[in-house]
Amino acid sequence: MATAQLAPVPQVTAHAAERRARGWTSWITTTDHKRIGIMYMVTTFVFFCLGGVEALMMRLQLGAPDNTLITPTVYNQLFTMHGTTMVFLFVVPMMAGLANYFLPLMIGARDMAFPRLNALSYWLLLAGGIVFYASLFWNPPEAGWVSFVPLANSTYSPGGGQDAWIYLVHLTGISSILGAVNFYVTIANMRARGMSWGRLPLFVWTILVYAVLIIFAMPVIAAAATMLLTDRHFGTHFFDPANGGSPVLWQHLFWFFGHPEVYIMVLPGFGIISEVLPVFARKPIFGYRAIAASTVAIAFLGFLTWAHHMFTAPIPEAILVFVMLSSYFIAVPTGVKILNWIATLWRGTVEFRTPLLFCVGAITVFLIGGISGIFLATFPIDWQVNETYFVVAHLHFVLLGGSVFTIFAAIYYWFPKITGKMLGEGLGRLSFALMLLGVLTTFLIQHVIGLDGMPRRVYEYDNVGHLELYNQISTVGSFILALGVLVTIINVARSLKVGVVAGPDPWKANTLEWFTTSPPPDNNFDIVPVVRSVEPMKDIRREIERRSGAAPVSGAVVPTGATQVGV
Amino acid sequence: MGHLLSATLAFFTPESGGSSNANQTDSLYKITLVIALVIFVLVEGGMLYALFRFRARKGAVAAQIRGNTRLEVGWTVAAAVILLALAVVTFAKLDSIQNPPNSSPEGDKLASADVTRLYASDARKLPPNGKALNIKVIGRQFIWQYVYPGADEPDGLGAPYSYEQMVVPTKTTVTLDIVSSDVVHSWWVPQLGGKFQAVPGYHNYTWFKIEKPGVFKGQCALLCGRGHARMIATVKAVPPAQFDEWLAYQKKLIAEANEQAKLARAKLNSQTGAGQVENP
Repeated sequence: MATAQLAPVPQVTAHAAERRARGWTSWITTTDHKRIGIMYMVTTFVFFCLGGVEALMMRLQLGAPDNTLITPTVYNQLFTMHGTTMVFLFVVPMMAGLANYFLPLMIGARDMAFPRLNALSYWLLLAGGIVFYASLFWNPPEAGWVSFVPLANSTYSPGGGQDAWIYLVHLTGISSILGAVNFYVTIANMRARGMSWGRLPLFVWTILVYAVLIIFAMPVIAAAATMLLTDRHFGTHFFDPANGGSPVLWQHLFWFFGHPEVYIMVLPGFGIISEVLPVFARKPIFGYRAIAASTVAIAFLGFLTWAHHMFTAPIPEAILVFVMLSSYFIAVPTGVKILNWIATLWRGTVEFRTPLLFCVGAITVFLIGGISGIFLATFPIDWQVNETYFVVAHLHFVLLGGSVFTIFAAIYYWFPKITGKMLGEGLGRLSFALMLLGVLTTFLIQHVIGLDGMPRRVYEYDNVGHLELYNQISTVGSFILALGVLVTIINVARSLKVGVVAGPDPWKANTLEWFTTSPPPDNNFDIVPVVRSVEPMKDIRREIERRSGAAPVSGAVVPTGATQVGV
Repeated sequence: MGHLLSATLAFFTPESGGSSNANQTDSLYKITLVIALVIFVLVEGGMLYALFRFRARKGAVAAQIRGNTRLEVGWTVAAAVILLALAVVTFAKLDSIQNPPNSSPEGDKLASADVTRLYASDARKLPPNGKALNIKVIGRQFIWQYVYPGADEPDGLGAPYSYEQMVVPTKTTVTLDIVSSDVVHSWWVPQLGGKFQAVPGYHNYTWFKIEKPGVFKGQCALLCGRGHARMIATVKAVPPAQFDEWLAYQKKLIAEANEQAKLARAKLNSQTGAGQVENP
């Protein structure tokens, strides 16, 4: 490999002063951000699979009209578990896991600012997940992931499952807030020399905004969940209209958290796209400032739009109009991002590697979700399509595009750094193709199901019109999607054993995590380079070429370490 | 051919055809859909073009462009303009979706009652002449109850009611007063317009005006518990005269049933000699 021969490189490996800790105790006692990051990612991926199985069970039930496979009670429990799992136990903490691993590496830090707090964040997350899933053995919650009152109060949901849900919200909430504070402090204080705000990698920008959003939004759901808890058990009446409380208050509090939560879930995904596209287009990101600024703008506007989830609730018309306009407004910075990404590809030399494919898929899927969001922001249209399968389709396009596909792009992009092995390219492409096909098959038709009048969260439906056919198409699609996920799991398992050795920088990427070995040593870097641009690795490679006197290497060279033949 | 076209359009658009507000929503949806499709095709097409036109080839060198302020400002403004246009269209349509028309002259006589003073609320939309047939919709686990005008007493007692199926007169503006007696439900009959939550402690409002007799189906649209999927609502529109007949008959049935219950209670009380069983 060409770069390997250019040996006198500042790529210095660490030499451990003491023997590296081994065994399972080293994992549970670790404060290393990389190990914590790996634990985050593995844990959340397990929850992703559990949530996926719950989704498949629901799709099986809906595969036939008037189906009796699953009882209404179990069905309600399934969608409650599915929604809660995917939001609280998969997407948000998966982004925290990726940030945990890569944020210090990308800014040239040796760990997070508060390593022990970091470990606490992880263990609180795991505790939340275990408490929540333990309810499976008693009474799982069944009031939906939004837990609207009065349905979620002690009269209508007397079981302990609702309390498990409250406990989960608290534990994962504290976990997220502690993690967010840690990310913020780390970014603010531990950047490499020369890394000004204008040279911060865009993924780090999105994590910064993710952290701020969590710090503002999570306390609101924590307060609401506490009020629900005291309503349920300690005789308060926050949400009880018979005693001066208000069920609409719950909706306001929940969505004041719930809408920023959407951006907590998708903004880091946007950051991943902004990192991956320039690497595989061999071209700088188009409009760095606009992309960073639009992230901040989306976050700010994200706090002004919560009531668009409540267009059908009894709220004043002035709010309807205001929220419609603010929701329209948020499409502007989002559109700016997408156009900047396309401009990044424009006149580049695009290499069709799996991370790029997942990013392009993410943009496509998110674009569909973003555009259907315009219909939902228009409140007279929302009155027709809200709470139907149209919304189910919309939110899945948003989150599969903005979060799941970008997480898969991140897996393919960063797996070599974490493990030192490349993921199979063939299996990666297969996984991408199946997942894209699965998403489109499952969810495009759900718009039509919703337009035909089928509400969400129903365990059965009458076969009016073509509802049976449409639902069967959707069910088939969900299994294609699951198959695509399975292929990536196989790919990971296979590459851990027989994957091609990656080397420090298999993609010829732009950011500092590629400066160190794969996997990085405990202290990340022996020498932290001085950062002179937003693409420090480009500068370093250029410097190496200059010093070694080699001919300038064309940007389009495919690193040999990455040419693995898939199955 | 026309049938095929309308069937294709119906595939992509909300249910409509029962009431003018649903029809207007449908047409607003279609305008939005056209704009949305154009944007999608342009953006997705642009991305796919960039991907394949500029894929890595031997000898190709990527242009090192870092941005273009004029271009970026341009598309930011363009996006804002499109959304502004959409907002203008929405506001233009809003009146016909939100505000009910007057009842037709041949509408039901019950709709001549002035309902402006029924509830003092800005959220309640009334026809220009302030006259409508007001029906109270009560959501409860897991059935809809409808209370019609025609109470015997000023506090509303003795009003005719029905469950699950609402019967209404055609050509008459019907305003709905949506409430709940337990958890949050959502009233929705797609062909008669949008859905509105029934929240305990709150009143929510909507309306419809059906021109031709027919039956329109809907169901509760917000999770209300284990029976949510079976919380059906149907609206049966009949000519005004038939409606008046039905209402009188319904009232008679309820009065008879109350009478029977009263007799049964009296019998029960005389048998036990207790006399504690009161009219509920």
